[in-house]
Amino acid sequence: MLSRVADSLYWMSRYLERAEHTARLLDVNLHQLLEQASAPADRRIARLIASLRVTLPAAIAEDPYALTSTLTFDAANPDSIVAAIATARENARQVREQISSEMWEQINRLYLHVRRAGSDADWRSEPQQFYIAVKEGAHLFQGITDATMSHDEGWQFIQVGRFMERASATAALLNVHFAGEQSNTLVSTSLEYLDWVGMLKSCTAFEAYCKVYTAEIHPERIAEFLLLNAEFPRSVRFAADAVQRALHVIARTTSARNAGRVDRLAGRLRATLDYGQVDEIMLDMQSYIEQLQRQFAQIHSAVNNTYVSYPADSVIGA
Amino acid sequence: MFESYQFDQAYDEMFVSSDDPRLPYQTLYERLQELTPEALHQRQQAADLMFLNQGITFTVYGNEAGIERVWPYDLLPRIVTNSEWSVVERGLTQRITALNLFLNDIYHAGKILQDGVVPRDLVYSCKHYRREMRDLRVPRGRYIAVVGTDLVRLQDGQFAVLEDNLRVPSGVSYMLVNRQVMKRVFPLLFQRYNVRPVEHYGRALLTTLQALAPSERQNPTIVLLTPGVYNSAYFEHTFLARLMGIQLVEGRDLLVHENIVYMRTTAGLQRVDVIYRRIDDDFLDPLAFRSDSTLGVAGLMNAYRAGNVALANAVGTGIADDKALYAYVPKIIRYYLDEEPILPNIETYLLTNDSDRAYVLEHLDELVVKAVGESGGYGMLIGPHSTREQRDEFRQRILADPRNYIAQPTLALSRAPCFIDGQIEPRHVDLRPYVLYGDQVTIVPGGLTRVALQRGSLVVNSSQGGGSKDTWVLSE
Repeated sequence: MLSRVADSLYWMSRYLERAEHTARLLDVNLHQLLEQASAPADRRIARLIASLRVTLPAAIAEDPYALTSTLTFDAANPDSIVAAIATARENARQVREQISSEMWEQINRLYLHVRRAGSDADWRSEPQQFYIAVKEGAHLFQGITDATMSHDEGWQFIQVGRFMERASATAALLNVHFAGEQSNTLVSTSLEYLDWVGMLKSCTAFEAYCKVYTAEIHPERIAEFLLLNAEFPRSVRFAADAVQRALHVIARTTSARNAGRVDRLAGRLRATLDYGQVDEIMLDMQSYIEQLQRQFAQIHSAVNNTYVSYPADSVIGA
Repeated sequence: MFESYQFDQAYDEMFVSSDDPRLPYQTLYERLQELTPEALHQRQQAADLMFLNQGITFTVYGNEAGIERVWPYDLLPRIVTNSEWSVVERGLTQRITALNLFLNDIYHAGKILQDGVVPRDLVYSCKHYRREMRDLRVPRGRYIAVVGTDLVRLQDGQFAVLEDNLRVPSGVSYMLVNRQVMKRVFPLLFQRYNVRPVEHYGRALLTTLQALAPSERQNPTIVLLTPGVYNSAYFEHTFLARLMGIQLVEGRDLLVHENIVYMRTTAGLQRVDVIYRRIDDDFLDPLAFRSDSTLGVAGLMNAYRAGNVALANAVGTGIADDKALYAYVPKIIRYYLDEEPILPNIETYLLTNDSDRAYVLEHLDELVVKAVGESGGYGMLIGPHSTREQRDEFRQRILADPRNYIAQPTLALSRAPCFIDGQIEPRHVDLRPYVLYGDQVTIVPGGLTRVALQRGSLVVNSSQGGGSKDTWVLSE
């Protein structure tokens, strides 16, 4: 498959995942944000901004309305949902003949919908429905992708993009919520309880968590669940497994020359998570997550150097 | 619904006279009588939505950087009988065969120039003439593998050739999509007619391209080279690549090493044998043509010259669709084939010719003036619809560079019924059939009927507010 195509599929998938993640985070936080004007709200806003890894002018960051509007509808802000969907769609457009017609139609429909919504005052004042539409649109796209596209090399690149983004976003969310969090005791105050539930919900993890650990909220268990659970599709470990499997298939299909490095890096990440111990991780969560993020970055650039922008003379004459 | 249907001197595709439809339109006419404007309107909306959701759009240039628009689709089919079609088919086959021989001749021995049938200076002064093509052996001698010829129906009901598009003709995807949409919007009506299929176009195009591959290459790799996502015809490029199951590449995906073209894949470099290029000559190779082109592939012309890659169409074919050379096509047909042209030309005034020019400058308000190297309806003056300022401007332009313009009588293009604002009204149409020339000439029965949707307008180009409709060639 063309290198450029692989690259576009990867980014299409990554941006759509990013849009969905942003929509979910805003959806969960928005209600509380708009209701509470007190100190905890400020803290929540700061956390939200940090979890999304965006930088915003102070004037916007202080005003919940401006904040949601900027992160949701502002097409000029590359971190907004509308901009992420536009970028995903632009990447899809570049590889239209590689994806199924159904996939293209879905991402195009989603794009047309968010663009219309962005210029509609009703939507802007009631963005909750909008977030639901974005999440559903992204889920539908993923379902259509799995059901209508051959699970070939291109599909594997879509997997890599989706799960790289997911692993990285979940890790960032954990990092923010565990910053300064030393206690591994049961959460008691209702405000704290709501915070942790909100965090689980922003990964659609609340129900899944309850099934494993009951509704008793315990930060250490949350960390274990979102980092190390092998079965929950939004955990970092689940995502790392998916990345490693997809990269392994890609290496086999292409018999690329430098696939060894990609394989090693992905395998190492997977092993880190497969054999991780939550009690050890809790001792220094921050540096553990920083180390994960470093590994994601290494895998990303190794994939790029092996499959996308390799120097041509390394292949000619070989 | 036909209340505001009016007739003028143009040939009407549907009616002999009011309430008297031509035979092939009888069934359609009866069906339309049964439908309410609301029912038609609903179908129109369903069709529009299909186009929008599938992202079947084109980009308008000169309008805020790359706006995507849906090309207006008219619900009602345009019907061509089998006997009309067989004339078109024979006429186009003859014309394309002769034009291909002409290209081969002028880039080699130039016999037609020596014999004085076509003036030498007309050929060499054409901006699409490419010296780089002199004595270059084109695979299988096929210069024009993919052609879209514009036909118009004159007042007497005969088809005539308006333009030969021999460089990178577009629009074939609309022919195919219009048919898809039509079958969904009017399934019963479609069934009642015996319409010849067009769906095999993709297969035919692939066979044509395969025929151009260097003969020693088993399982040749064929690619479609696009300028990229911002090109006005990008939808079509992706559509055709998928239809044929070939890679859609951009210039940056290709590279040339020791006169062999490769594409950059995740598994390393892969050799390319045939390029169906949808990029103009100028941008194809920055080493040979425009050095500022970032769309092309450096070294491509050398690989072409070495015979290691085939291009469809060949470089330099624009010479044969120059609008001044167009006037000579009947002579070209007689010269190479010793036959009379089956499809007539439109009378054309060459402005390098003194008496023609004097006549044209006298009659600018009656004639259509066109720039010889332009396409897409750009650079045109339509005399009867022009202002004095526009005519003065064209007068200056003609005097400054007479070789760059030709003039033709303002044609009464035939008119076909269109569904407009809840009414059925006639609009001017043309017809662009698509001709393929690999081992042999193949023409799928049909083509793109373009419609000038503005009342009274004669310009059908998509970039100028035109639309399109499905074209049915009947099998009996």
